[in-house]
Amino acid sequence: MMYSQKVMDHFMNPRNIGEIKMADGIGEVGNPVCGDIMHIEIKVEDNIIQDVKFKTFGCAAAIATSSMVTEMVKGRTLEEAERITNRTVAEALDGLPPVKMHCSNLAADALHEAIKDYMKRQQA
Amino acid sequence: MKTIYMDHSATTPVDPRVFDAIIPYYNDVFGNASSVHTPGQKARQAVEDARDKVAALIKATPQEIIFTGGGTEADNQALIGYMQANAHRGKHIITSAIEHHAVLDTCEYLHKQGYDLTVLPVNPLGVVEPQVLKDAMREDTVLVSIMHANNEIGTIEPIKELAAVAHEGGAVFHTDAVQSFGKLDINVREMGIDMLSASAHKLYGPKGIGCLYVNKKIRLAKLLHGGAQERNRRAGTENVPAIVGFGVAAELAGENRLESQARLSELGVRLQNGILERVPHSRLTGHPTLRLPGSVSVCFEFVEGESVLLMLDSYGIAASSGSACTSGSLDPSHVLLAIGLPHVIAHGSLRLTLGHSNTEEDVEYVLDIIPKVVKSLRKMSPLYKDAGGVA
Repeated sequence: MMYSQKVMDHFMNPRNIGEIKMADGIGEVGNPVCGDIMHIEIKVEDNIIQDVKFKTFGCAAAIATSSMVTEMVKGRTLEEAERITNRTVAEALDGLPPVKMHCSNLAADALHEAIKDYMKRQQA
Repeated sequence: MKTIYMDHSATTPVDPRVFDAIIPYYNDVFGNASSVHTPGQKARQAVEDARDKVAALIKATPQEIIFTGGGTEADNQALIGYMQANAHRGKHIITSAIEHHAVLDTCEYLHKQGYDLTVLPVNPLGVVEPQVLKDAMREDTVLVSIMHANNEIGTIEPIKELAAVAHEGGAVFHTDAVQSFGKLDINVREMGIDMLSASAHKLYGPKGIGCLYVNKKIRLAKLLHGGAQERNRRAGTENVPAIVGFGVAAELAGENRLESQARLSELGVRLQNGILERVPHSRLTGHPTLRLPGSVSVCFEFVEGESVLLMLDSYGIAASSGSACTSGSLDPSHVLLAIGLPHVIAHGSLRLTLGHSNTEEDVEYVLDIIPKVVKSLRKMSPLYKDAGGVA
């Protein structure tokens, strides 16, 4: 099997799918041409990510990394969330096939975009 | 869980009758077909019997069949062998944008070696139009290679017309018939085919064996050098068991062709129409009627092919896709792009190719599962919401 059991688990049973009503921050990365789009929404209270949801268009790796990043970040502070990288997400899934490391491993980027969006809204 | 195998264009299981025919040639009749002694001559006889059967399937003479190590070698042998032996006549090759990589990459290789290459576009149904070939023909065009039926979208090409255009312009005509051999009626003389590639494992024969039909008036340079096997056209000790298996598979394919293809055609149409009816935002790829029997190819918007395949696999359904993730590159299949599909649509491709083992119940089961799988993936697709879909 080309994917780890953890990847298959998160792909077949993805956590935290959907959207958040009145999200505090929204991030989206990827594009339909390359075949991966990751969309992440966060709800922040007292500097802590209280809720996080995702929607992803892409292969099993794209869906699994999105699901995993939501699980890793829920209940964490924004600073902790910012320290999560695409690499640590892949590691948490017991790795990804080499070919998937670049094209489908963008979930942490989407999360960081959502945090950036939240920060921008706070300043406004 | 029962496996429902719907990927027969990728490969097929070996027919039990083929399997039984092969086994004695691994032990009882193990001789080298080039040997003078009795064990060798028994092997020789088996090879020549198989050659008769393969030739009969396409109305060729046995002397025109070269056994190869598969369809890829046959394509390489035809294209490289022809250009090397006939370079003095001209340096221009014409092929199409939807060929299998065994042809496309070989043409690219020849191009790098200094030959001229034209890659013809296809229409949105995947058809190479004879007029387009006619317009591309030049004084120095010596070889035209267009596949008989496409492996991804199933479209059957107008081979007879295309061969006629090639001949009018003084070129020879090669066709990669790996997908159609044993499934569609092929008469190399009537259709004007000068060279044809085929592979045994697409028709319930063993892997690693194929053939190249070469019209006897054509001269080829050798690809493999060594012994004088295959009338000095392909060196290397004959793979006798595989050749025997190919022969039996070809014979069985010929005997069952009409009945089998009528059944697969009917099942395929039911599957195709069922999918298009039950899954919104889905479309057929390839020609609606002029296609390989039992070959269904569709695209689902807003979802990605590899995800669809893995979910289908979890229900025991084996299928394939031309999405980037399954091609091993960042681009979706060159065939889907050549018929004009945008990348985002091509990423959602699914191919189901039916075969002997598939039943009406299989088709109903798959028709039950596919809408569920697509729906659950769309539920998590940001594109679906953007398009106004209800999650």
